[in-house]
Amino acid sequence: MEKSEYDVVVIGGGPAGLAAAVEARENGISRVLIIERDVEPGGILQQCIHNGFGLFEFSEELTGPEYAQKFINMARKDEIEIMLDTIVTSINSSKEITVMNTEGKKEILAKSVILAMGCRERTRGAISIPGERPAGVFTAGTAQRYINIEGYMVGKKVVILGSGDIGMIMARRIVLEGGEVKAVVARSSFPKGLTRNVVQCLDHYDIPLLLSHNIVEIKGKERVESVVIAETDMKKQVIPGTEKEYECDTVLLSVGLIPENELSKQAGIELDRKTGGPVVNESMETSVEGIFACGNVVHVHDLVDFVTAESRRAGKNAASYVRGEFKRNGDYVTFSTSGGLTYAVPHKFRYSNLPDKLDIFMRVDMVYNDSLIILENRGKEIARFRERHLTPGEMIKITVKKEMFEKTEGVININLVSEKESGNEK
Amino acid sequence: MKNELICIVCPMGCRLKIEGTPEDPVISGNKCKRGIVYAKEELTNPTRMICSTVKIKGGIHKVVPVKTDRAIPEKYKFEVMKLINRVELTSPVKMGDIVLENIFDTGVNIVVTRNM
Repeated sequence: MEKSEYDVVVIGGGPAGLAAAVEARENGISRVLIIERDVEPGGILQQCIHNGFGLFEFSEELTGPEYAQKFINMARKDEIEIMLDTIVTSINSSKEITVMNTEGKKEILAKSVILAMGCRERTRGAISIPGERPAGVFTAGTAQRYINIEGYMVGKKVVILGSGDIGMIMARRIVLEGGEVKAVVARSSFPKGLTRNVVQCLDHYDIPLLLSHNIVEIKGKERVESVVIAETDMKKQVIPGTEKEYECDTVLLSVGLIPENELSKQAGIELDRKTGGPVVNESMETSVEGIFACGNVVHVHDLVDFVTAESRRAGKNAASYVRGEFKRNGDYVTFSTSGGLTYAVPHKFRYSNLPDKLDIFMRVDMVYNDSLIILENRGKEIARFRERHLTPGEMIKITVKKEMFEKTEGVININLVSEKESGNEK
Repeated sequence: MKNELICIVCPMGCRLKIEGTPEDPVISGNKCKRGIVYAKEELTNPTRMICSTVKIKGGIHKVVPVKTDRAIPEKYKFEVMKLINRVELTSPVKMGDIVLENIFDTGVNIVVTRNM
């Protein structure tokens, strides 16, 4: 069978894959290939027609398709090969990749691989809503694709479960297209998405947000006819007697995203149970040498600008790996988290490989005000950051100078404490 | 007049309390000055970006995304949608192409947001 060889193969042509490929190319790598399963590059950005992208990357507010177009244009200018309508069926730790498309099966050999497969939505099955199985239940992202790409309206009277960003953005979109959104229902006592989406998508369009509520039943034979919504307590359990029926023909689910790592598992890459994505070092390299990962396949982001920055690092380091310049001097120092911080990415670093400044991304498990993030190694504080407001919907980014990590070894714990409790003595 | 607003200038999301008169609102609850500017703008001249799609013939998809190239006064948000939904384009179009010019005499244009 025909076996083509490339220096860098990027799996996924969304924002992460495009940025990584462009960066690898611009770091002197000539044979770069992007493999994309859709019929065009751009990934999920193509259906995110709303604005709010690019404030960090381009210092202007762009829509998703515009952000994608800018990177597609860069990839075209750099003459990066993009294999469209093609699915990767297998990959191994020797970087042998099997793909399928309408022309058949192909084998590809890569010197370095960048995983940029993104994430997918949790479905009704993942959250077990009782009731019948009528038509009209969609994930929010599927509805977004129907409306914004296929030009097909999903329903007239809609209830949205989950206060994730896509759900709120779809609530506004449906109202603008003449539909009615009866309610956005969330089990938690705070919205999961960005505050600005609560304001711009729900408040501005008078869409009710029912916090501490849940859908307890979906009714309807052929098509959704109604849902039963009830209040939930502190433990997210339904409070009996609070049930109310809402007439609707459509239910959208915006109940979380899961990094898509079937291929990573095939390649034997170590995954982090908390993020659902590969364990990565400072260079975005996975546990398999020469296989890098970036974007939502590593951990779910809320801003594409941060995906781009992370993906550039992956692309740049893949290029240095291909050139044989990637160094492995010294032992790893790993990060652990505590005090309500759920994870930190990257997971570990080698001091000699650190850039001048290291960006560390984290999330919290609930809302915290006036807190301190403190990095400690062997009983010694190495850095601290004040954070006025932290919420699970907004990824935390801290930037630490390389010299702060000098002489660190073993584990660096990143702890979250309330500013008051810490006594603020330093 | 609304008596509460959530500031969206930064991720803090300050809850702003609005008192006084519409001509001379008194704003509190802001943790920085930008909250005052935001609230005054929102109370006197709220504007919105509108993003949607229009039909297209001969493209890779049946619709192509468009947006207002600047924020338009809030009162036009549904009127803009009516205008947009009457448009049908023919491929090829390029990002930035103007679809509708100077809508409602606001100086705002509707532009295409990708190549198709």
